[in-house]
Amino acid sequence: MKRVLSTSISVGLATGLYGISFGALAAVAGLDLLSIMLLSILMFSGGSQFAFIGVIAAGGAPISAITSSWLLGVRNGFYAMRLNNVLAPRGFLKLVAAQLSIDESNGVSAAQDDLKSQRLGFWATGIAVFVFWNLATLLGALAGDFLGSAETWGLDAAAAAAFLGLVWPKLKDNKTLALAASVVAVVGSLFLPAGVPVLLTVLIALVPRRSK
Amino acid sequence: MTLTVILASLAVFSWKILGYLIPQKWITEGIRQFSERVTVVLMSALVAVQTFVSANQVEFDARVPALGVAAILFALKVPYIVVVIAAAAVAGGLRALGF
Repeated sequence: MKRVLSTSISVGLATGLYGISFGALAAVAGLDLLSIMLLSILMFSGGSQFAFIGVIAAGGAPISAITSSWLLGVRNGFYAMRLNNVLAPRGFLKLVAAQLSIDESNGVSAAQDDLKSQRLGFWATGIAVFVFWNLATLLGALAGDFLGSAETWGLDAAAAAAFLGLVWPKLKDNKTLALAASVVAVVGSLFLPAGVPVLLTVLIALVPRRSK
Repeated sequence: MTLTVILASLAVFSWKILGYLIPQKWITEGIRQFSERVTVVLMSALVAVQTFVSANQVEFDARVPALGVAAILFALKVPYIVVVIAAAAVAGGLRALGF
C-alpha cells in the first residue's frame, strides 16, 4: 500500500512539471487566469487542454477549440470503461471518479496486481495529479514569462518519460502490442492531424490476444 | 473565453462519464480484456509520439537519448520521480550544449 501511495505522489509531482508548461503556454496564448484555471480544474485532461490552447493560440474559432479538446478526450472514455469495472462507484462518487479518469490515474491503477491496490492507485493518483496539476498550472500562468520554454528545461522529454514509467510494468507481457501501437502512432503522425494517430491505435487493441 | 472553456470541459467530461454509465452486465470478459489492452496501447502510442514526432514529422532530437536513459533507469528500478527528472535533465542538458 505504501508503495502504491509513493508511486501516486511521484506521478502527481511529475505531472506538476509539465503542468507548469501548460500554465505558461496558456498565458502566452492569451487566456485570462480564470480561464486557465478552469481548464485545469474542470477539463482536467492534459491532451485536451494543450489542444484547446493550441487552437486558441493559432487564432481558431471557439467551436474548433471545443471540438479539438472533445476529440482528444476520447481515450478517457476507454479508461473509464476499465475503471468502472475496477471501482464500481455509486452516486456522487461516480461523478468524482469520472472527473479523475485520466492517463495517469488509470495507468497507475492498471499497473497494480490486486483489486485493492488498483483502487487505491486510481484514487491516490487521481487526487495527487489534480492537486499538483492545478498548483503547477497556477505557477506556470503567473511565472511563465520568467521560466522560458518547456523544451529548454527538457519538460517535453519529462512528459514522455512519465508516460513510459506508467506503462513500464505492463510492457513485459505486452511487447508486441506496445511495439505495434508505437509504430502505428509514429507512422500515422506523418499523414494525420495531431491526436488522431494515437487514437487510431485503439484498433490494435480490438485484436483479441491469442490464447497460450 | 470562460464560456468556451466550460463548454469544452463538459464535452471532455461526456467521455469520462460515458464509461461509467455502461451497464455492468454489458461488460463481457472480452470487453474487459479490451479495456486493459487499450490502456497499454494508448500509453505506448503516447510515449512514441512524444519521443519521435514534432509537428507531423519524425525527428530524432534530444528527446530520444532522454527516453533511452529513462528506459535504462526504469529497468534498474530507479524511483519514478528520479527517472522523470533525469529525462528532463538529459534533454535540457543536451539542448543547452547545442544538440
